[in-house]
Amino acid sequence: MIAAISLLHLISQPFLRNALIAGIAISLLAGLVGYFVVLRAQVFAADALSHAAFTGTLAALAAGVEPRFGLFAATIGVGIAIGLLGNHGRADDVVIGIAFAWVLGLGVLFISLYATGRGAGNGTASTATLFGSIFGLSSGQAQFAAGSAFVLILLLLGIARPLLFASIDEAVAAARDIPVRFLGVVFLGVVGATAAEATQAVGALLLLGLIAAPAGAALLITDRPFVGLAVSGGLATGSTVLGLLVSAQIPRVPPSFAIIAIATAAYMFTWLATTWCRRRG
Amino acid sequence: MTAIVRLENVAAEVGGRRLLSDVDLRVDAGEFVALLGPNGAGKSTLIRMLLGLHPVAAGRITVLDRLPAQARQDVGYLPQRRRFDPDLRVRASDLVRLGLDGNHWGFPLPFKRNRTAAERVSEVIELVAATAFADRPIGELSGGEQQRILIAQALVRRPQLLLLDEPLDSLDLPTQSSIAALLSDICTNQEVSIVMVAHDVNPIMSYLDRIAYLASGKAVVGTPAEVITGPTLSALYGTPIEVLHAADGSLVVVGQPEPPAVHSDRHHSDGHHHEYDRDPRRPHSH
Repeated sequence: MIAAISLLHLISQPFLRNALIAGIAISLLAGLVGYFVVLRAQVFAADALSHAAFTGTLAALAAGVEPRFGLFAATIGVGIAIGLLGNHGRADDVVIGIAFAWVLGLGVLFISLYATGRGAGNGTASTATLFGSIFGLSSGQAQFAAGSAFVLILLLLGIARPLLFASIDEAVAAARDIPVRFLGVVFLGVVGATAAEATQAVGALLLLGLIAAPAGAALLITDRPFVGLAVSGGLATGSTVLGLLVSAQIPRVPPSFAIIAIATAAYMFTWLATTWCRRRG
Repeated sequence: MTAIVRLENVAAEVGGRRLLSDVDLRVDAGEFVALLGPNGAGKSTLIRMLLGLHPVAAGRITVLDRLPAQARQDVGYLPQRRRFDPDLRVRASDLVRLGLDGNHWGFPLPFKRNRTAAERVSEVIELVAATAFADRPIGELSGGEQQRILIAQALVRRPQLLLLDEPLDSLDLPTQSSIAALLSDICTNQEVSIVMVAHDVNPIMSYLDRIAYLASGKAVVGTPAEVITGPTLSALYGTPIEVLHAADGSLVVVGQPEPPAVHSDRHHSDGHHHEYDRDPRRPHSH
C-alpha cells in the first residue's frame, strides 16, 4: 500500500513522467528494430551508428545548432550510407569498420572545436550524449522523442513482412519482386534513427544493449518470427519501465545503467533457462 | 498443348562475353527437364533468363506464353545456395509461409488467422513429406530436410513451373535419390513442369523427359539416351568422349576437357559405386 502510494507520487513528478513517455516509445522501437538487426546479423552496423550518434550531436553543438538535428542527421545519414556502400543493402564488415574509426575521429575533433568555442572544457554535453540523460528531458523533448519513435514503429511494421523474407532468404525474395536492396537501405536508415532515439534514453555507448539484448532473448524464446518481434519489443519496453522506476527510487543508480542492467539480466536469464531446458529434453 | 517454356535461337551473354548461342528448347506441362554441362557453360544464367532476371542477348524466350519477367510470379524458384546458418532460429513452416505472402507489405495481425493460407502451407509441407520437422527452426534441419522445405516454399503458390538451381548439390547420395523421386512425383501428380540445373545426371536420369546439355557455347537437346552418348558429346565438345555404362545403370562420361573453374570442392560426398563420377580429377556430368 505504502509502496503503491509512493509509486503514484513518483509518477506524478514531471521528470519521471517525461522519462516514461519517451522511454516506452523509444524502447519499443529499439526492441522491434533490434529483432531484425539480430536476425540480419547487423549488430556491428548498429554499433557503428551509435558512434555516429555521438559525433552528430557534438558536431551540432560545435556548429551551434540544435543537437538533436545533428544527432538524427548523422545517424540516418550514416545508416543509409552503410546500406548503399555495402553489398545488396547488407553492410559488410570492412565498410563498417572504416566508417567506425572515421566517425569517432570526427567526434574527437568536434569535442575540441566545441570546447575551444566556449573557451573552456565543457564535458556535460558529451557525457549526456554518451550515457544518456533521460531524467533531464523536458516535456517538449519527451513528446518529440515519443512521436518520432511512433512514426518509425509504423514505418518498420509497414515493411516487416517483406523485410523478414529478404532477411532470411534474399535470393528467393528478390525473385518474388521484393526490392531487397531498397529495403536493406531503408532498414539501415531506420536503425540509424533508432540509434538517435535511443541516444536520448540510454546514451550512445549503451544503446546497443537496448537493441541487441531484448532481441537476442526473443530469438531464444520463440522461433516464430512475428511472435519474436512482439516479445523483443515487450522485453525492451519492460526493461525501460522497470529501470526508470528503480532509478527513480534509488537516486544513486543512474537510469541508463538500470535499464541496460535489466535488459542484460533478462537476456542472461533467458539464455540459462533455454539452455537448461534443451539439455533436459 | 501450349508450351510452358519456349526458347527460340536464344543467346546468353555475361559481362559482354557470349556463353551460349542458338539454344532451342521447349518444355511442356508436367515435363521434367535437366540442364547439364560443365561449370561456366551458362546453366544458372539460363535459369536467371527464364526468371527475367538476366537479359536475353538474342532470340526469344516465353514462359507460360508471356515474357519471363511477367511470368515470374507464377514460377517457383529455388536458387543455388549454401545451407542456412545453423543459428537461424526461424521455424521452417514460417519460411514456407513467406513463400505464400512474404511479398505483402505490413505484418500479420494477431488474432486474425488466415485459415486458407495456413491450410495451404500445411498441405504443401505434407506434399514434400516435411510435416515431421516443419515446426523446428530451419537452421537445425539437415541439408535434405532444408531442401524439402525450400521445395515446399517454391510450390506453395501452385506454380506451373519450378526452376531449380542444383537442388541436389552437397547432399549425400541417398538424400539425392529421395529428393529426385520427390521432384518426379511433383511433376507427375501436381502437373508442374520442372527445369533443373544438375551437376550429376545419375540420380535423376530415370525420371527425366529431356536433357539440354550445354557445352562449348552450344546446347544439345534430347532424351537422356539420345544426348549422353559418345558420338553426341564428342560432337558437342569437339573432342573424343566416351560414355561408360556402369552395372547399376549409371553413366560415366570420360574424356571431357577440364573445365576452367575449380571444380573438385563440390564433390565431398563419396558414393562407393560412383567412384568415377565422384573423382575430382575426372570432371563429368553424365
